[in-house]
Amino acid sequence: MILEGKAHRFVLNDDINTDYIISGRYKFKIDDMNELATHVMEDIDPDFASKVRRGDMIVAGRNFGCGSSREQAPRALKAAGVSAVVAKSYARIFYRSSFNIGLPLVECDTDWIKDGDTLRIDLGTGIVTSVTTGNNVRAALIPRTMQILLADGGLIPHMKKHDGFALE
Amino acid sequence: MGKTIAEKVLSSHSRIDARAGDMVIASVDYCMSQDGTSTMMIRELESLGFTAPKTAKGMAMVIDHNSPCPSVDVAKIHDRMRVFARGRSITLFDVGAGVCHQVIPESGKVVPGDLIVGADSHTCTYGALNACATGLGSADVAAAAHTGKLWFKVPYSLQINVGGGFPEWVGAKDLALHTTATLTSDGATYKSIEYTGAAIQSLDMDGRLTLANMAVETGAKFCPFACDKKTSIWLSSHGISSLKPVFSDEDASFEKCLEFDASALVPKVAKPHAVDNVCDASSLKGTQIQQAFLGTCTNGRLSDLVAAATILKGRQVKHGVRLIVAPASRAVLSEALDLGVVGALLKSGATFVAPGCGPCVGTHAGIPSDGENVISTANRNFRGRMGNNKDVGIYLASPTTVDASALKGEITDPREVASK
Repeated sequence: MILEGKAHRFVLNDDINTDYIISGRYKFKIDDMNELATHVMEDIDPDFASKVRRGDMIVAGRNFGCGSSREQAPRALKAAGVSAVVAKSYARIFYRSSFNIGLPLVECDTDWIKDGDTLRIDLGTGIVTSVTTGNNVRAALIPRTMQILLADGGLIPHMKKHDGFALE
Repeated sequence: MGKTIAEKVLSSHSRIDARAGDMVIASVDYCMSQDGTSTMMIRELESLGFTAPKTAKGMAMVIDHNSPCPSVDVAKIHDRMRVFARGRSITLFDVGAGVCHQVIPESGKVVPGDLIVGADSHTCTYGALNACATGLGSADVAAAAHTGKLWFKVPYSLQINVGGGFPEWVGAKDLALHTTATLTSDGATYKSIEYTGAAIQSLDMDGRLTLANMAVETGAKFCPFACDKKTSIWLSSHGISSLKPVFSDEDASFEKCLEFDASALVPKVAKPHAVDNVCDASSLKGTQIQQAFLGTCTNGRLSDLVAAATILKGRQVKHGVRLIVAPASRAVLSEALDLGVVGALLKSGATFVAPGCGPCVGTHAGIPSDGENVISTANRNFRGRMGNNKDVGIYLASPTTVDASALKGEITDPREVASK
């Protein structure tokens, strides 16, 4: 699968936690992901929700998605139109949850990607290209378990399809 | 080659000889969710045709993050949880029961050797009882509840050996902050941490729960402690007598071993806005605070309240400082009442809120004003965490440091007030 969209970077690069992705001010009372999507990333970029377009990508440094287990974080990103996150590394719970709900995460060096670059990601080969600058890098291979979940549309669709886990 | 606790627990639950790096489908003993994570799980369970949990010991849903309910929107979420739990063999801990990570261990559902998952990142707290427990998203917990199983990558383990003895007024929270500073926010990502050593053995169960609780702040998956006499006495007092403890082997393979000396520790504080932004409490002298918070799944237990009362008894919180106390559970509150701890704190000027998460997650019960500083016994100090992102600084510390600071109106090393 090939994804293409605009890169969004933030002033904060490393340790973007799930509180920053979707604040507790909203996530405890709003149960509709489309409504939550209007507040996504608000605490580190108040304009993000109005800027982001369907297919866009979030680009960050180390340990993206650390902190709270709130699955609203990947769900609200997806509802906001984010097609993938590109970061140097991810926190564990966010990593599993993103693939569980069908949001691909790409792991590679990101220092070369500028805010506003148009990115093209080939999830099959792992090649991440900046259409804007022509630079590219090969991302870490998405583990087979996560590839299966992604292909099936997430964990629950996977379980319905196979009547349980078919990950091995 | 021997095995770590994580390797043993995931082997016994998957019936294969699992080693770090393997992927296993393992049976899950118990699972839980709370009022911030349950509705997504409920929707998934409904779509799967769920009728009752298949996890060996069932599951619980806990209303603790917004408790009692602060708004009509949240009331709808709470009602959804109550209606869903009914008739589906799910234990519901309702308003006033306390924080999930206190009420679930108190309920006797966590025993040595267990594998537990929860839709709350601090589920790793149960590691204090010699279990492997981890936080996950709602879909993963739904899958575990519906099938009784889940996939796990067997984690590599880190060993943290803590020698020496804790100095007076220094304890588990200071060590937890020291560990977080040493490993940083992702130093243990996908790892299992095993604490060992004389200082760990000297800690009571409340202190071990504090340490295990904060393991996730370094990215860790599990934080299983060895089972000892203190573990078995604690479990026995909660109705559990038949134990099958799990120990790591002498020749188990650890990815890394750290050596800490408890006797060299001092009271620590994590400064805004990161948990690994740690310094000595004494270095922040002069930093004014307007609110102090004692509670949470990290430090709202009986020994935490007792330690705070030791500092505050017979003295008054500084005029202009709001000290908010949220006991971790109804049982903790009840015991603290019997011991006179509640009275001592009230007379010092403390405000008690219901057992639960209190103001930790920023939905009610103590949202700070713009530009204020808060010193808190919680585990996270992210910008906006307590419900206001306008120049609010959250400082994390031990119960004694929090209460010493409430007494002085500025961040204070507890040894400074305790010695007078």
